[in-house]
Amino acid sequence: MVRVPGDEDVVRRGRLWRPLFIVPALAVYALFVLWPLTQTVRYSLYDWDGITVATPVGARNYVEALSDPAIRDALVHSLVFVVFYAMLPAAVGLVIAGVFARIRVRGMTFFRAVLFVPQVLATVVVAVSWRWIYAEDGPLNQVLGLVGLDRLARAWLGGFTTALPAVGLIGTWIMSGLCMVLFVAGVQKIPRELFESARIDGAGPLREFATVTLPHLRGELMVALVFTTTFALRNFDIVWNTTSGGPGDSTKVASIFIYQDAFVSRSVGSASATGVLLTAVILVVTGAIMLAFRDRSAA
Amino acid sequence: MRTSRTERLLGYAILVLGAVAAVYPFVSILALATSRPGERVSGFAVPTSLYLGNFTRAWTEGAFSWALTSSLVVAVCVVVGTIVLAVPAAYAFAHARGVALAAVFTLMTVGLVMPYEALIIPLYEMFRGWGLLNTWWALILPQIGLSLSFAILWLRTAFRQVPPSLEEAASIDGASRLRTLVSVLVPVVRPAVLTLATLLFLFAWNEFLLALVLVPDERHVQTAPLALSFFAGNRRNNDPAVTAAAAVLVALPVLIAYVFLQRRFISGMLAGAVKE
Repeated sequence: MVRVPGDEDVVRRGRLWRPLFIVPALAVYALFVLWPLTQTVRYSLYDWDGITVATPVGARNYVEALSDPAIRDALVHSLVFVVFYAMLPAAVGLVIAGVFARIRVRGMTFFRAVLFVPQVLATVVVAVSWRWIYAEDGPLNQVLGLVGLDRLARAWLGGFTTALPAVGLIGTWIMSGLCMVLFVAGVQKIPRELFESARIDGAGPLREFATVTLPHLRGELMVALVFTTTFALRNFDIVWNTTSGGPGDSTKVASIFIYQDAFVSRSVGSASATGVLLTAVILVVTGAIMLAFRDRSAA
Repeated sequence: MRTSRTERLLGYAILVLGAVAAVYPFVSILALATSRPGERVSGFAVPTSLYLGNFTRAWTEGAFSWALTSSLVVAVCVVVGTIVLAVPAAYAFAHARGVALAAVFTLMTVGLVMPYEALIIPLYEMFRGWGLLNTWWALILPQIGLSLSFAILWLRTAFRQVPPSLEEAASIDGASRLRTLVSVLVPVVRPAVLTLATLLFLFAWNEFLLALVLVPDERHVQTAPLALSFFAGNRRNNDPAVTAAAAVLVALPVLIAYVFLQRRFISGMLAGAVKE
């Protein structure tokens, strides 16, 4: 028998330990993640109120969801949220990382900790805080009053045109610190010499950013975009606790539909179909981001 | 590297501005929460005296002693359960060769981007069938399931960084796999486990949708975010200062922990993110 290094423990203790170590975790994961996922797909093919007998309807729930103007509006709202939750914070983070590529700052640990605070607070706490900031007698309108712009003051979350961007800005606030910290940490790992040589070649701040900083932040940018985009597309907590989708349907997103259809109006089938569609969108979008940013040199 | 004074000043200005923006919403509700009833609150004035009446009202009217206890119990159980399951699995995956285990690993990491929205309806039906709606189980078990993806990914990286010589030494001594894992490897990866525990605790503490759906009716098992959501919703036309006090009560335990654990937390978030 030919012995290869590492073969000893296979002989002495068998190879079964690996499956044995994995099975408990896999069982829990299968029961509470994989199985429910298959059930959501199954429900989506039925017309069901959650109590009486379900009738199979094929793909009707999907057809109805895709042709429902309210769901299409929800998709538009989600795209707006992607801009506010993912694009804007990434842009803010990149600009700031660009600044910090050129300078060293003392007390960075302190600033990092403070900038991370929005990540630590529960989304419900965040929602309550911003409801106050946007309230009719809240800080935002007080500032407008101070600078003589009283006529702009309003209940920001209550207006049909202002509610969506107002909820969006909460997301920008949550995610900007994360992007900033992530990108600044990435920038500090770039070898100093690269900046030096770019400068010797006469590169200005913009060229330096485009040729040195940006390419080296590829990994961080991918991670940030996957994280923030997923959060934007799911986005239940913030919307539910600020506007609940209102006023009218002006801030309604897919996850609000899922919750209301499933647990308020009890049309479980169509809620499930929306859930499957939302999951598919998230998987496709995160897949696309990862593909776009994959490490071509390592492939 | 030489940098101009203006650039450095600009850098500090941005950081200070960012820092103020990051803490302002919490500071604003703190100011509101400490304001006296009937007093008009300015969003920017520094409170002149400490008034705690809103906190006592929120504490008793919102039953926040129950809510905070629930959150603590649920979060601790999720952390312990996830880690106990994830440590052996991650260790096995770290040493896995072959297509089958690689496929299982991929399957188990899909949970990283899986939204609760895709699982919540069957979870509701499952726990209703088991008679476990409105119990802590309904919050603990699904969160362990969905936390496993992140935990296994995280710990597998940690195990891979352990020098193989350590394990070889243990195996020469005749220690079993489990024995090696528990008494040799786990102490080595302890920092990674603690960081993971911090992150999982925070995620579990802040989880909202699951609580809203699975423990809607039983006040005594509702977690702090859910209690706050109901409290804020019911009181929408009432004194906003009491709502603000409730929000501060919910945020405070985590903020205090964060002050002490922020290095672990931030390094965890950053490493967890970049490691992929």
